[in-house]
Order: sequence, then structure tokens, then C-alpha cells
Amino acid sequence: MNAPAQPVLEVRNLSKSLGGKLILDDVSLTLNKGELKVLIGPSGGGKSTLLQCVHYLHRPDRGDVFLEGRSAAEMGRRNICAFRQEIGMIFQDFNLFDHLDAENNVAIALRKVKGLAKAAALARARAELDRVGLADKADLFPAQLSGGQKQRVSIARALAMDPKVMLLDEPTSALDPDLIGEVLNVVADLARGGMTMLMATHQIGFARRLTREIIFMENGRIIETGRPDDLLAPASESRAAAFCAKLTELLGH
Amino acid sequence: MFDLAYYQTLWPRLFSGFWLSLSTIIPAALAGLAIGVVVGTVRGAMFPRFLVAPLNAYVSLFRGTALVVQLFVCYYGLPQLAMWLKPFFAARGLPELWRIFYLSPYAASVLIFALCSGAYHSEYIRGAILSIKKGQFAAARALGFTQAQTFWNIIVPQAARRAWPGCGNEIVYLIKYSSLAYIVTFKELTGTAMTLANSSFRYAETFFAAGLYYLFMTTLAAWIMRRLEKAYAVPGFGRG
Repeated sequence: MNAPAQPVLEVRNLSKSLGGKLILDDVSLTLNKGELKVLIGPSGGGKSTLLQCVHYLHRPDRGDVFLEGRSAAEMGRRNICAFRQEIGMIFQDFNLFDHLDAENNVAIALRKVKGLAKAAALARARAELDRVGLADKADLFPAQLSGGQKQRVSIARALAMDPKVMLLDEPTSALDPDLIGEVLNVVADLARGGMTMLMATHQIGFARRLTREIIFMENGRIIETGRPDDLLAPASESRAAAFCAKLTELLGH
Repeated sequence: MFDLAYYQTLWPRLFSGFWLSLSTIIPAALAGLAIGVVVGTVRGAMFPRFLVAPLNAYVSLFRGTALVVQLFVCYYGLPQLAMWLKPFFAARGLPELWRIFYLSPYAASVLIFALCSGAYHSEYIRGAILSIKKGQFAAARALGFTQAQTFWNIIVPQAARRAWPGCGNEIVYLIKYSSLAYIVTFKELTGTAMTLANSSFRYAETFFAAGLYYLFMTTLAAWIMRRLEKAYAVPGFGRG
């Protein structure tokens, strides 16, 4: 029995130019509740810019983003801040607040943006750190954490805001190979727990196991979409399959 | 040669000068820091050009001219401006606002020290703000922080830690260049020492004692600065 699909996030016809160059060219996609979609494609293909435009960190030149039916384009400045709260963003290079320890990294937005009291915010922060397996690192500062731990703190920080959608911008690309697994495990747990997510990644094997839809982007456009097994089958002759074959050749996995 | 008995009588006699120096340095340091924070922030944080340009001019002017010249312009030059304005005000029956340009030696010193110190502070603070990584802003925006919330909760705590050693250094400089106030006839520590030395001809003893007063002030200031730096130390930010 399938529940009727509820779109949480709808991206309609986004276009964006940066420095006179067209980076996003009429991109549309829909994320239903509990879905994980994976963006793949060559660097410079527009994956990061797409995620940043969805989050309104860059204002798109054309097009609109709807979160549970509410249009971002029609929101004023104040409401955009509230809109961003509901979308969790994970960056390639973590962007933890360097002057705060792990638990305060998670707690600060709860306190300042959501207005929680300090004790309640810290309690929630510790619960989220526990969820990503870092309960014992709560009082360490970013400079004292490994890359994988930093990325898990940043995931805890995003989760604490109770986001409706999480956007992950190559969350393992800045990590040493031996630290990638711990972050992917956390993402896999989230996916199994029903978190709605859009993730840009080069971890094709991971994508195959967890997602039902891969989106291949190149030159600012969505070129192909489909189930991983169809899209990435060597016989499919898709651009995505060719790209993944090249990645595998280079990286050996 | 070194008259120890005379030397010992100097301490209480220099104390009034020391006190006047402190009462110049403390307000000038606080005002300078406040000016530096505002000017440095505007110059460092992508404010519009029409705000930044005049502040750049202010900093170039106060960093690029001799402090003694600034004191002279303020103390001896401004009254000339007042004389020029006086008939203009009188003719129109306006209140005698030109009088504010007749500054006392104390007021001229505090004003110029604060402005000069503020120009230097602003450079340290601007540099500290520019050194904050772009990702910190992006992360704050992504969590739903407004620009003001980002500024107070993320930028200020990081920039303050980066700027603090430089600003502390500037305050130590201020303690020493406050001695220039004696040139505009203000009887602070150096001025008092000069008067005592001229009447006793005991230059070595007098200026040695004055020097020790300065050393006391700078040591105390450096100690306070280091304590604060340690108290707010965070791993990954210089010390710690």
C-alpha cells in the first residue's frame, strides 16, 4: 500500500547566471516526503549552485522554489530566513562555527533563531550529537575534531532545526577516504528514518544502494534522471553511465 | 651622581601627572576602541561605497600624518577656524557654537588620541573581519540567521578574538604616545616631569622615575590584555 506522494520540495524552472555565465539552465525537480534523490555529474555542472539556489543562498534569476506549497520567490527578507530554517544544508567543507564547541555549534541556532532557552537548546544539541554518534565529543572545538566528526556535527546542527528537507552538497568530498564511511552511515540512517533529502555526491556506490532516483547534471541542465539500476547499467548508453564508468576508472570503486 | 634621596621624593610629586595621564589614556582608549569597532566594521563588512570612502579617508589621514601635527592642528589650528566663524555666527544672531573649537589641552589631547587610536584599531578589526571564512556566513544564513544575528553571534566573537592582540598592542602604544600631550601644554606625566627636571636640573632621576610610571602602566595593560585573551581562548584561534 503506497501513501499518495506528497511533494515537500518543488523546484520549478530555476536559472542562474554568475559572472555572466549561465550556471543553471531551467532546472526543475520534485522531492516527495521521505525521498532521497542523488545529484551526480561533473564538477562545474551546476550541482552546488542548484542546491544553493534551492536554499536561496543565491537568489535564482528565474524560477521558483516551493516548500510544502509555499513560494520562496514571494517571500520577503524576514520570511526567507524562516524558509531557510526549514531546509537543512550540509556543506562540503563543514562550515562549523570555529569559535564554538560541538554542542554550542548545534545549540546556537536553536537559541538565537528558534529562541529556545540555553538549557533546552543544549539538551537538544546533546541529543542530536548522540544521534550522529558524537555524544562524547560535545565539548570539543572544531579544531580538535577530525573531518568526519566535523561533518557529523554539521549534520547534527542541521537536524536540530527540524528541517523538512536536507540538502547535502558533496558531504564527503573533503574527507580522507577512511572517514567517508562514518558520514555516509549517518546519511544512510537518515534516509532509512524517512528524511527527505537531495544530495550531490561522487559516491556512486552509496547512491546506488540508497536512492531510487539519480539525477545527472551537466552544463547547468538536468540531462538524465532515472532509477540507478536502469540509468547506470553499462548497456543503457546513458551519459550518467559513461560518467560513472570514468569515475570508477579514476577512483577504483 | 644619581641622587637617590631626590629620586625618592619624585614619586609623590609625579603622581598628579601620572593621574592626569591615566585620565587621558582611559577615555581615549575606550573611545578609540569604540571608533575602531564601528569604522573597522563598516570598512570590513561590505557596506556601500559612500559609507566606506569617507572612513578610508579618515584612516589615511590619521595614520598618515604625524601625531604631533594632529595635536597642533587641533589645539592651535581650530581656534583660527573659530575666529573665522565668529562673525558669521554673530551676524546671524546664532548661538556661539564656534566656541567648541577652543579646546582645552586636555580635550584636544583626548580627542586626537581617540581619533588616532581609532584609525589603528579599525585596521586590526577590518583585517579580523576579512579573515573570517566565507563558509561561516553561509552556514549562519543556511540555519536561518538574519544578517544582524550573524553579525552579533558569529562575526563579532570570531573577529574580536582575531583583532584582540593587535588592539591590545595599540592600547600599549597609546599609553606611550599620550606623553605627546605635554606639547600642547597639558601637564600630564611627561609635562610634570619636564617642569620638575627644569627646576631641579635632575634630568636623569626625574625622567627615570617618569619612565617607571609608564612601564607600570604598560605592564598592567599588557597583563590585563593577556588575561582576557586567555579567558576567551578557543582551540584553533591563535593561542590555546
